[in-house]
Amino acid sequence: MKVEIDARRCQGHGRCYDLAPALFGEDDEGYGTVLGDGAVPAGGENEARLAAANCPERAIDVREEA
Amino acid sequence: MTADERFGDYEEMRDGRVEGTRNEVVTGPVSDWATDFSHLEPEWAADPYPIQDELRGRCPVAHTERFGGGWLPTRYEDVAEIAYDTERFSSRSVVMSNFRPPPGAAPIGVTPPISSDPPFHHDARKLLLPAFKKSAVTKLEPATRAFCHALIDSFEGRDVVDAAHDYGQHIPIRVIADMLGFPPEDGPRFREFVETTLEGINLPPDERIARMDKLFAYLHEQIRDHVDHPRDDLTTYLINAELYGRKLDPSHVSGTMALLLIAGIDTTWSAIGASLWHLARTPADRERLVAEPGLLPTAMEEFLRVFAPVTMARLVRDDMTWRGVDMKADDWILLSFPAANRDPAQFDRAGEIAIDREVNRHAAFGLGIHRCLGSHLARMELRVALEVWLERIPSFTLEDPSAVTWAAGQVRGPRTLPVRIG
Repeated sequence: MKVEIDARRCQGHGRCYDLAPALFGEDDEGYGTVLGDGAVPAGGENEARLAAANCPERAIDVREEA
Repeated sequence: MTADERFGDYEEMRDGRVEGTRNEVVTGPVSDWATDFSHLEPEWAADPYPIQDELRGRCPVAHTERFGGGWLPTRYEDVAEIAYDTERFSSRSVVMSNFRPPPGAAPIGVTPPISSDPPFHHDARKLLLPAFKKSAVTKLEPATRAFCHALIDSFEGRDVVDAAHDYGQHIPIRVIADMLGFPPEDGPRFREFVETTLEGINLPPDERIARMDKLFAYLHEQIRDHVDHPRDDLTTYLINAELYGRKLDPSHVSGTMALLLIAGIDTTWSAIGASLWHLARTPADRERLVAEPGLLPTAMEEFLRVFAPVTMARLVRDDMTWRGVDMKADDWILLSFPAANRDPAQFDRAGEIAIDREVNRHAAFGLGIHRCLGSHLARMELRVALEVWLERIPSFTLEDPSAVTWAAGQVRGPRTLPVRIG
């Protein structure tokens, strides 16, 4: 599983780094950033889905990989 | 130009605020909420949600001739579309009133960046974002927590306290005074400024202008003091900030300070008060949060959804047909995030308060480019205020439900909230 942020949609609400701090961080202006390459470690899937489901701007994409 | 000279002529700075068009003030009972709505009438202040739910079912975009003409969308989808469409809906004024600043006020507006449109908006907002990001406001948490404890210490010996007046209101006032570098003892004056700006909408124009002058005279006094005695706070930061290679216009500095002072106070105060109001009358939720403090961040988002304090406004840029209604240039849009947050098309069990709601894509802090600049600060203050209250006062009830009063206008929350704590 991988997470991505669409920077054109993100407005810095910060729900992703509140809910999934292992996967997301803030930049210098508070916009969301993906930590590392966005690969979700085993056990982090629920956090990733929660972050995506709570983003008010629908800026987070969670891609399930085979 | 030296900083001193920029802030020399107060009268010159005033002109930009008072030029514009005024319409007749209409007050009194609403005849039909679909054609004559007003967010300033007591019925709306007391409980706007049934009105919004009913309009969402039958309208869903209500109209009023009051305030010189305006519209009220009630569906999440419509509120979102307007928030995202900064081309057709301008932020030139965000307080639906009987006064419209002239079209030439765009794209900066009187209180940038909330009153600004693209492309200026983004540049003005960038100046402020670093001070309000989550990691920056986290540094203010220990002092905020200590202040909440001190407020509760002051309840010693009392069985009944006013959770809005004696607790909620003081927290954001203290935090923003510290951030701006204003004397903490000036707090009571800030409350008056907030009421002037957001609740004095239907006052006669001259009185409204005179009250706004008091706010800006105060800000001007603070700016002069900071020019003479620079320090590490947001006021000195704004005085020295640069945009497009030069320092900010003096009206930009004072307008942004007005925004920072006003926007953070009754909004957060309302969120704290509404949350405590719910917990005072809902023992099951209160007991659960006392037993499971880890649930508070989730519960808090639900309180923000169902009691979203803030409604914004926009001005229609040009005549157009939108969602089947004929909007005219300069019609208001009352952009109700509270109504959007209770739309059953967007939320399961939209009318219920579920403190363990895990998926909660609410719009309490707005959507799009004007996302509340202070949202991280507000969330910190709300969480700390509730944590400290529940830790110190785990058991409390409404002393007299009929004595609770709610603010009318675009920021709604309890203003009188007597609770029994002993």
